[in-house]
Amino acid sequence: MAEVTYEGATCIYQGAAKPAVDGLHLAIKDGEFVVMVGPSGCGKTTALRMLAGLEEIDDGSIRIDGNDMVGVSSRDRDIAMVFQNYALYPNKTVGENMGFALKMHGVEKAERARRVRDAAKMLDLEDFLDRKPRNLSGGQRQRVAMGRAIVREPKVFCMDEPLSNLDAQLRVQTRTQIAELQRRLEITTVYVTHDQVEAMTMGDRVAVMRSGQLQQFASPTELYDHPANVFVAGFIGSPAMNRLDGTLSPDGVKVGGATLRPAEALLRAAQGHGQLVAGIRPEHLAIGEGELQMQVDLVEDLGSDSYVYGHLTGDAKANIIVRSGRDHPRRGDDIKIAIDTSHLHLFDAGTGLRIDE
Amino acid sequence: MASAEQIRTEPGLLTGAAVEPAHRRKRRRTNSTSWGIVGWVAGILFFFPVLWMVLTSFKTEAQAYTNTPNVVFSPTLSQYKTVFSSGLWPYVANSAFATIVSTLLVLLLATPCAFALSLRPVKKTRDVLFFFISTKMLPVVAAIIPIYIAARDLHLLDNIFTLVILYTAMNLPIAIWMMRSFFLEVPGELLEAAQMDGAPLRRTMTEVILPVVAPGIAATALICCIFSWNEFFFAVNITATEAATVPVFLVGFISSEGLYFAQLAAAATVATLPVVLAGWVAQRQLVRGLSFGAIK
Repeated sequence: MAEVTYEGATCIYQGAAKPAVDGLHLAIKDGEFVVMVGPSGCGKTTALRMLAGLEEIDDGSIRIDGNDMVGVSSRDRDIAMVFQNYALYPNKTVGENMGFALKMHGVEKAERARRVRDAAKMLDLEDFLDRKPRNLSGGQRQRVAMGRAIVREPKVFCMDEPLSNLDAQLRVQTRTQIAELQRRLEITTVYVTHDQVEAMTMGDRVAVMRSGQLQQFASPTELYDHPANVFVAGFIGSPAMNRLDGTLSPDGVKVGGATLRPAEALLRAAQGHGQLVAGIRPEHLAIGEGELQMQVDLVEDLGSDSYVYGHLTGDAKANIIVRSGRDHPRRGDDIKIAIDTSHLHLFDAGTGLRIDE
Repeated sequence: MASAEQIRTEPGLLTGAAVEPAHRRKRRRTNSTSWGIVGWVAGILFFFPVLWMVLTSFKTEAQAYTNTPNVVFSPTLSQYKTVFSSGLWPYVANSAFATIVSTLLVLLLATPCAFALSLRPVKKTRDVLFFFISTKMLPVVAAIIPIYIAARDLHLLDNIFTLVILYTAMNLPIAIWMMRSFFLEVPGELLEAAQMDGAPLRRTMTEVILPVVAPGIAATALICCIFSWNEFFFAVNITATEAATVPVFLVGFISSEGLYFAQLAAAATVATLPVVLAGWVAQRQLVRGLSFGAIK
C-alpha cells in the first residue's frame, strides 16, 4: 500500500515532436483505485509505464510513498503489473508463473507455495496450477496474470487494459471481480483503459487524458456532472453529451434559433464569454413541446430505452441525441424537444473550459 | 494451401464459401490439386538421388554398373564392410569434433550477440548486422591463400582446431542472423514481465527467453551442424592426414579406389547418416510453436 504522486512527470519519446506525457500532476491516495482513461495516443499507457519503470521520466518526478522513483529500476519499485496481453511465461506452469517473482526475490519454497495457493484460491485457479498457459482459456489466462500480481503483495498494482482481450460478457464479469478484489486487498491501483464504462464503474477516481495532458482528475460522478471541459464532456458518458454551438444574448443562450435560459447564476458567469458551447446530456432532453426542433436520423432501440439520433432542423452539423422511452419517433420525423435547463452545461467556445456558476 | 476439409470447417472460409460461385470453388480445388502434383513431383525429384544412393550401396559393383539400372536385386552389406575397413573412423571423429565444438562455440557467441542486436538495439545495429553478413559475400576461394599462409605460419596446418576456428567463423554470421530473427519474435512484454518480477538479466535469459527461443536455437544448431559436417573446401586445403574430415575421406575414396560406385554410395550413405540423425533429433524442437500461449 502506498501513495503515488506524479509531479510534472514528462516523457518524450526519441524523435517525437511533442511529449507523450506532458507535465502530469496526480496525487493518488493510499489504497485508491485510479483509472486513467482517454483515446488512443493520449499518453495513459505511457504514464502507467513511467510509474512501473518501463519508460524514462524525462522531466518532473514520480514518487511512491514520498520516494523519488527517477533512476530507480522497476525491480526495486515493488510494483506488480498486469499486461494487456498477459505476458505469461509459456514454458512455465500456472503455479510457476505466479511464483516466479517470489522466487526472484528469494522467498522460500514452502512460503512461495502457500502464497501461490492462496492467490489461486482467491482467483479460482486451484485446479489449473499445473497447466501451461497454452492450455487455458482467455479468461483463465487473465486470472493467472492477476494472480501473478497478487502473490507479490506489492505496494502498487499497474494494470494496462487487462480486459481488452476478453469477450464482452466476460469483460463485465471480470471488471466486477477486479474492482472487488482491489477493494479487499486495499492495494493502490493504477488502471489504464480506453473504455469509459470501465473507468466509470471501477475507479474511485478517474484521470481523463488527452494528447499527453491531464484533462480532469475526479470521481466518476463529478466527471459526469461537472466535466471540466468540452473534451471530458464528450468523452465521459455513453452516448456522449450533446454539444451545441451557441451565443450569449441578454436573455439567455441562443442555440439553433431558440433561446435557452440557464440558471441566473450560470448566465451571469457566462457574461463576457461571447461564443459558447452548450452541453446537455441525452437524458435531460425530452421529446414533446419544447424550444428546439429536431429531425430524426436514426433510432437505437435498446428494449427498455431508446436513443434518438438527429440534428437540429436547418443545421445538419448540430447533432443531437435524445433518450426516449419505448414509444419513440421514427426516422425522418420532425420533432420538438424540451431542455431541462437546470442540467445545462456551458463551456467557452475558444478555450473549451467549463463556465461555473 | 487449404484442403477441402479446412475450407468446410474454418468459419471465415465457410461464410466465404457460402457466397462463392460454384465455378470459382471448382477452380480453386483444381488449383489446389495441381499444386499438390507439383509438390509431389518436386519431392520425388529431390528424394530420388538419395534413394538411389542408398539402393546402390546395397548392390555389388557389377549390379551398380548395369546399363539398365536394377531395382530388384539381392542386397549385400559387402560395400559397407569395405568402407568401414578403409579407415573411416578417424575421419568421422575429426568431422564430429569439428562440427560439435564449432557449433557449440557458435551458439555460445551468437546467442548473446543476437539478443543484443534484437532486443537491445543501438544506433549502429543495422551496420553491425550488415558487416556480419558482408563477411559471407567474399568467396571462400578468395580467402584461402591468406588463411593457408596464416595457418602455416602458426603451425596450425592439418590441425583439427584450425577447422574448429574456421567453421565457427564461417557459421557465426548466419547463426547471428537466424537467431536474431527468432529473438525478434519474443514478445517485448515477456521481458518487461520478467523485469517487473525482479529477474536479473541472467535469469531472464535462462528462465524466460531461452526456453521460448529453444526451437530457434535448435534450428540454428542444425544448420551449423550441416554446414560444418559437409564442409569440404577448407578441409581439403588445410588438412592432410591428421585432421582430415569425412568429405575428404569420400574424395580420397574415389581417387584411391577408382570409380567404384557401390562402395562410394555406401561411404556417402554413412557420411549422410549423422546429419539425418541430427535433423531427426532437432525436428521435435523445430515443430514446436515459438511462443505459443505467451500472449493473449
